Amino acid sequence: MSLQLPSLAVRPRGGVSHSTKAVILVGGPSRGTRFRPLSMELPKPLFPVAGHPIIEHCFRAIAKVPEIKEVFIVGYYDESVFQPFIHSISTTFPQLSVKYLREYQALGTAGGLYHFRDVILKGKPDRFFVLNADVCCSFPLNEMLKLYDDKDAEAVMLGTRVTNESATNFGCIVSDAHTKRVLHYVEKPESHISNLINCGVYLFSTETIFPAIRSAIKRRTERPRILNYPSSENLQSSFFQGDDEDEDKENAVIRLEQDVLADIADSRQFFVLETKDFWRQIKTAGSAVPANALYLLKAFQSGAEELAAPSANIIPPVYIHPSAHVDPTAKLGPNVSIGPRAVIGAGVRIKESIVLDDAEVKHDACVLYTIVGWSSKIGAWARVEGTPTPITSHSTSIIKNGHKVQSITILGKECAVGDEVRVQNCVCLPYKELKRDVANEVIM
Amino acid sequence: MKAIILVGGFGTRLRPLTLTYPKPLVEFANKPMIQHQIEALAAAGVTHIVLAVNYRPEIMAEALKSYEEMYDVKIDFSVETEPLGTAGPLKLAEGILGKDDSPFFVLNADVTCEYPFKRLAEFHKAHGDEGTIVVTKVEEPSKYGVVVHKPNHPSRIDRFVEKPVEFVGNRINAGIYILNPSVLRRIELRPTSIEQETFPAMVKDGQLHSFDLEGFWMDVGQPKDFISGTCLYLSSLSRMGSKLLTPVTEPYVHQGNVLIDPSAKIGKGCRIGPNVTIGPNVVIGDGVRLQRCVVLKNSKIKDHAWIKSTIVGWNCTVGKWARLENVTVLGDDVSIGDEVYVNGGSVLPHKSIKQNIDTPSVIM
Repeated sequence: MSLQLPSLAVRPRGGVSHSTKAVILVGGPSRGTRFRPLSMELPKPLFPVAGHPIIEHCFRAIAKVPEIKEVFIVGYYDESVFQPFIHSISTTFPQLSVKYLREYQALGTAGGLYHFRDVILKGKPDRFFVLNADVCCSFPLNEMLKLYDDKDAEAVMLGTRVTNESATNFGCIVSDAHTKRVLHYVEKPESHISNLINCGVYLFSTETIFPAIRSAIKRRTERPRILNYPSSENLQSSFFQGDDEDEDKENAVIRLEQDVLADIADSRQFFVLETKDFWRQIKTAGSAVPANALYLLKAFQSGAEELAAPSANIIPPVYIHPSAHVDPTAKLGPNVSIGPRAVIGAGVRIKESIVLDDAEVKHDACVLYTIVGWSSKIGAWARVEGTPTPITSHSTSIIKNGHKVQSITILGKECAVGDEVRVQNCVCLPYKELKRDVANEVIM
Repeated sequence: MKAIILVGGFGTRLRPLTLTYPKPLVEFANKPMIQHQIEALAAAGVTHIVLAVNYRPEIMAEALKSYEEMYDVKIDFSVETEPLGTAGPLKLAEGILGKDDSPFFVLNADVTCEYPFKRLAEFHKAHGDEGTIVVTKVEEPSKYGVVVHKPNHPSRIDRFVEKPVEFVGNRINAGIYILNPSVLRRIELRPTSIEQETFPAMVKDGQLHSFDLEGFWMDVGQPKDFISGTCLYLSSLSRMGSKLLTPVTEPYVHQGNVLIDPSAKIGKGCRIGPNVTIGPNVVIGDGVRLQRCVVLKNSKIKDHAWIKSTIVGWNCTVGKWARLENVTVLGDDVSIGDEVYVNGGSVLPHKSIKQNIDTPSVIM
């Protein structure tokens, strides 16, 4: 690739070409609570958005960086969970060697990396990417590499601007506007610091990050961390905050964001690449719908052939799995993904929704802002809908009649909605049958 | 014979429909409410009808002129300059109602039922007293004024009990009467109530009888009851085997009681019924689901829409995959966008609705 040549010229560390690896952090099953009811059937990283597992979108970005040959998935799911995916992704991208590295206890994002440092450092790579699997963005990895080379950096993080109101729910970055150097980093500050926030995508020099984690571990054992935990209201949209605070207090956990990044910002060549492109977290099950929309739009803009061709009844972007059956009189889109073997009847309307494998939507039904679970059935003339939220909102809940409800309607696996029944802003756990109109409820 | 129809005011309870047409001209089962009454009166031999109103829109005068020809009756307006209650208008129209000795009918414009005028007149003449009021059986008499008969007499009224706490009877005043002209002497020309003043006085003299109404009865003065009344009326047509109803053999008719004007167009794959009326020149798209609703003339319901317990006013457009329910009423020339949901919306004329109306509300 001729494009890579300039960077080689700029930074010829020891005269050898760069070796770069990638690590995708997937967390573990105990963190799946906010992705319920969908995580009851499938680990979040494997949940399909825009026709592909969430984690596959990371791989698609990684595959565009020629110098990456090796990818590690780090998490504490059972080994067997990712094997089928690794098998299929290795077929799609034969140039990549993909391995799953299982943590047997939650070590935190930095702790996990450190635990597997020998595997990551094998072959002496001089840098590696770290991607959080629950991030939905365009992953401009090549741009991060370029900034890294241009600045002779030791670490680069991806940042994005959000509204001032939502900034304090994320890791906030103060950077030098001209040099792009990170001057200050603070995780979920109580007061306004900056509206440039951490996207959860990093590029680290191996020589920098492991010593930094080591000193964080050392510091921890000498003097336990004193922390301001975010208030419970902030949990909804907080970025790396898992559901494992209790485990965290057991002290073994070292996190990149809280324990390591602030130190690197103080003392190192740490830069931020500000992306103007889309960015969104996939935390709650409902956030899969905006993520689906963003990835579909990206695919559409890049002319992806797997998308359905626009027509009177297909408002792009729409993804229809080749094995799905969609009646020609059904109107789909924008931002709709139809899964394998799904059956969409005559005169059906689907917009801003994900229809999963083997689901059926009967004639004249209307499905808006909804996730239709595996093998679920929606009756004729039924209306299943969520509520649109502003594009700038990073939350998937809204206030209705003074109560917080999910803006996206979610039907778990094998749910059924009767003919002519209306379901609005509901989350329906698996195997439930809805025979009457329901709104603003969680159906157990 | 003569009759007086008590129309009264602006019909504010039936807004937003009555913002466009006076209440008597709003189509009930595809025919203006007043026309149902004029037709039934004419069929019972009435030749002179007084419309007691406190306003007189031009459009109504025109409509009534055509009914005069159609049913060979004379129709006069009696315009109150101030509201005269339920008895005052009778006195105001004394010149017509009292022109001869024959009894006259009185009916409230909001009442729909199987009008029993002929048998009522026969019954009235048979007992020979001054007045007869039509009564109907209700399930919850405690909400109404209940009629109590004299002991050992099947029809002579003993007294009225307003909202009885204990059960005293289940027959209530249905708002339809036949009275001898002598009753007019009991009424003064001032705001006065026939129920509160005139009838109790007649009861005292043993001059008032009741006549049991068979079949349905409904006051259709407000949208919720207008829809219920339509259902009752259609059921009644169905029981009588009326040819007006669309045959259930039509593939789109579901559970019957469907009245469709011959000029309306119905798309493919629709499911219509039970209890639906569709007015002239209405266009129903493909895959539309209608039940318990009224669609007035010149409206268009686009493909895959779902409508229940709703009145779609004149010249409206309902978008594809729209869903209307829970006593939604669309005024004249309202447009509902594609995929929009309306729950109990009262939408004023000429509005265009593009976003869901999740909770019952008035859209100005």
